[in-house]
Amino acid sequence: MSANVNTSLPLEYQTEQSRLNILGFWIFLGAEIVLFATLFATYSVLKARYAGGPTPNDLFEIKGILTETILLLTSSFTCGLAIFEMRRNNRNGLVAWMIVTLLLGAGFVFMEITEFINYVHEGATMQTSAFLSSFFVLLGTHGLHVSMGIGWATMIIIQLIRRGLTPTTARKTFIIGLYWHFLDVVWIFIFTFVYLARMVG
Amino acid sequence: MHNHSKGFPLTHVLGFIASLVLTFVALGVALHTSLSYKAIIWIIGSLAVVQALLQLYMFMHMNESEENRATNTINIYFAIFMAIILVAGSVWVMSFGM
Repeated sequence: MSANVNTSLPLEYQTEQSRLNILGFWIFLGAEIVLFATLFATYSVLKARYAGGPTPNDLFEIKGILTETILLLTSSFTCGLAIFEMRRNNRNGLVAWMIVTLLLGAGFVFMEITEFINYVHEGATMQTSAFLSSFFVLLGTHGLHVSMGIGWATMIIIQLIRRGLTPTTARKTFIIGLYWHFLDVVWIFIFTFVYLARMVG
Repeated sequence: MHNHSKGFPLTHVLGFIASLVLTFVALGVALHTSLSYKAIIWIIGSLAVVQALLQLYMFMHMNESEENRATNTINIYFAIFMAIILVAGSVWVMSFGM
C-alpha cells in the first residue's frame, strides 16, 4: 500500500499507510483517555475510604512526587526534541534524544517503584483500604504504560540503528513519540488530582 | 507541517518552560496559599487542563495533519468529553446518601 505517496510531507506522513496508522494511533489514544478516566472516576469515588488505614497526609511526600513529575515532563520534552531531529533528517540526533528520553523514563519508573515499596513498608498495601486499592490501580496502570513504553521504544531504536530513517521507521518513531507525550498528559492529572489536591492544607 | 525544520526547536522549548511554570504555580497554590479548598481545586485543575492542551498542541502537534485534522480533533475532544462525564458523573452519583 504505497499508493498516494506525497514526498512534500515529513517522512512519517509520506505514504497513505503511514497517515492511516498515525490516525489510527490517535483513535487508540482516545480510548486510552477513557480507560484512564474510569480509573480516575474510581479513585475520586473511593478516595476518602481509608478503612482505618493510612491517609494521604501520612503517605505523600512532595519531594519525591515532584522529582517524578520533573523527570517525566523533561522526558516528554526530550522526546519532542527527538522528533524535531527526525524532521531534520538527523538520525543520530534522533537516537541520542530517544536514549535520553528512555533514561529519564527509567528514572521515573525507579522513583515510582521506590515510592510504592516505601508505602508498603508503612503498611499501605493494595489490600489495606479502598483508597489504596484505587490509588495503586491508577498509578500502577500508568507506571505499567511507561514501562511498556520503554521496552517498545528500545525496539524502535534498534530498528533505527539497523535500518536507518525510512518512511516506515520514521512513522514508528513518530507513533511511540505520541504515546510518550500522552503518558505525560496522564501524569499531569495524577500529579494534580491524586497528589496535590490531597495535600492541601 | 514543516518538512525541513529550522535550527532551533522554539515551540518545544517554550512548551517545556511553560509546563514547568504551570507545575510550580500549581504546587505553590496547593501547598503555600490559604485559599479555600474549592478555589484551590478549581485553580490547579485549570492549570492541569492548560498544561495538557499545551502538550497536545505544542509537543504532539495534534492539528498538523491537513488530511486528518478534523477527525483527530473530534476524536480527542469526544474522548475528553467522555472522560469528564465518567469522572464528574461518578462523583455526582456517589455523593448521594453520604
